[in-house]
Amino acid sequence: MANDPLDDFITAAAAALNLPLDPAWRPAVKANLAVTLQHAASVAEFPLADEAEPAPVFKA
Amino acid sequence: MSKDFSWDSAAEIAQAVASGQASAAAVVDDALARIGKLNPQLNAFTAVTADRARAKAKAIDASPDKKALPLAGVPIAVKNLFDVAGLPTVAGSKINRTHPAATQDQPLIARLEAAGAVLVGALNMGEYAYDFTGENVHDGPSRNPHDLTRMTGGSSGGSGSAVGGGLVQIALGSDTNGSIRVPSSLCGIFGLKPTYGRLTRARSFPFVASLDHLGPFARSARDLALAYDVMQGPDAEDPVCAQRAAEPILPMLERGLDGLRIATAGGYFRKGASPEALEALDRIAKAAGARAEIEIPEAARARAAAYVITTVEGAALHIGRLRKQGNDFDPAVRDRFIAGAMVPGTLVVQAQKFRRWYREQVLKLFERYDAILVPATPCTAPKLGQVNFTLDGVDMPVRANMGLYTQPISFIGLPVATVPVPLSPLPIGVQVIAAPWREDVALRIAHALERMGAATAPRPNL
Repeated sequence: MANDPLDDFITAAAAALNLPLDPAWRPAVKANLAVTLQHAASVAEFPLADEAEPAPVFKA
Repeated sequence: MSKDFSWDSAAEIAQAVASGQASAAAVVDDALARIGKLNPQLNAFTAVTADRARAKAKAIDASPDKKALPLAGVPIAVKNLFDVAGLPTVAGSKINRTHPAATQDQPLIARLEAAGAVLVGALNMGEYAYDFTGENVHDGPSRNPHDLTRMTGGSSGGSGSAVGGGLVQIALGSDTNGSIRVPSSLCGIFGLKPTYGRLTRARSFPFVASLDHLGPFARSARDLALAYDVMQGPDAEDPVCAQRAAEPILPMLERGLDGLRIATAGGYFRKGASPEALEALDRIAKAAGARAEIEIPEAARARAAAYVITTVEGAALHIGRLRKQGNDFDPAVRDRFIAGAMVPGTLVVQAQKFRRWYREQVLKLFERYDAILVPATPCTAPKLGQVNFTLDGVDMPVRANMGLYTQPISFIGLPVATVPVPLSPLPIGVQVIAAPWREDVALRIAHALERMGAATAPRPNL
């Protein structure tokens, strides 16, 4: 059976970011990441114009 | 026998001290004695600054200017993410305990003390403010003064417990997604989350720069206004703090509801609400004459976007500590920050773009209404240790979801006064939301509701 892509992503991200990941922490990290990505998907699917400005405004 | 000041308001204490009817020393000694007696039960305080408080009280009593101090002798305390000179700013963590002691007070403390208030200590909080429960694995949970087996709400749990339990008249806390409004609701007190950028955040331990606010807790709208008025004003040390002169609210507090257009928000803000949350909202709406029910567009998506920004900015703040000291975090906090570190940046930028769109839609509502009422929390205080609750038939984690109704509001920095409705056996709060920079409207309504008896901070049996 193929791995859940999210497990592969977490393994790769932890290594790439040099983040220690105790196997015992993994289920909670995965559950939290899954919820966050669901929330992010609901935001990302909302149509906004290419010209939409982000909320924070930097002033030089 | 010495007088018990525990349930006197800040306004009453200041008046008594300024006029010489009571001494600041007696007020502060009374507060310190009460903290000594009740804190073992409430676990609201993590540090008590007794020597400093007694010295400050003595100085007030000796001051020829005490008559002019609007907070003369009023005991205050702050969430332990505020810098307090002489203490490390622990922010609810184990890790920060090794930090050097702060050399100066956070400016809001300095402004309150310049007005005569007396800092008596630092307050318990959820680790690094990533919390809605008021529980803390290092210090133990702060406890709800109305039922010691229940949560205070977080992350400013000690602030809710200390004010609701009568240990101090005023506390300060922070609110990124609801951390002033949730404990205000569960502990049955008034809380003010001002407009984003209104009060300086300099020298407080941050969480999410895009969303962090500081603000006061009290047991009356007048006491909130007293504290808020002396804390306003620009501060070059916080780039987010607005360059606006203070706009005092006390002079307009008594103006009542005349001319104010008030609505409730339905849809998202009724979905998942317990019968208690709806009863409280209905009582407040009736008292405020709020007959219209409106919809705040895309509130669920706003909450989702706040969630994403929070976890990623929080992770960015803590990633160095996650690499080196992962075992020293509260596991529930650490595992969310690690997940946050893995979220692609594109998603955060989309959330920030959505935030601007959402702000524009919500501001249009304020062309028709001066204030919007919604529940502060979906339910009254859960049991300590309770992990899940059921909202609208769905089982979900308490820690992440007590802020369902607060997150879409702080997401765009609107000012909110949370007012307590004294339901039995447990109180619950309602958010009075105003347009940006209109804290005056929110507090005027809170004060009017209090005068009508619809909102009141119930006194616990401790």
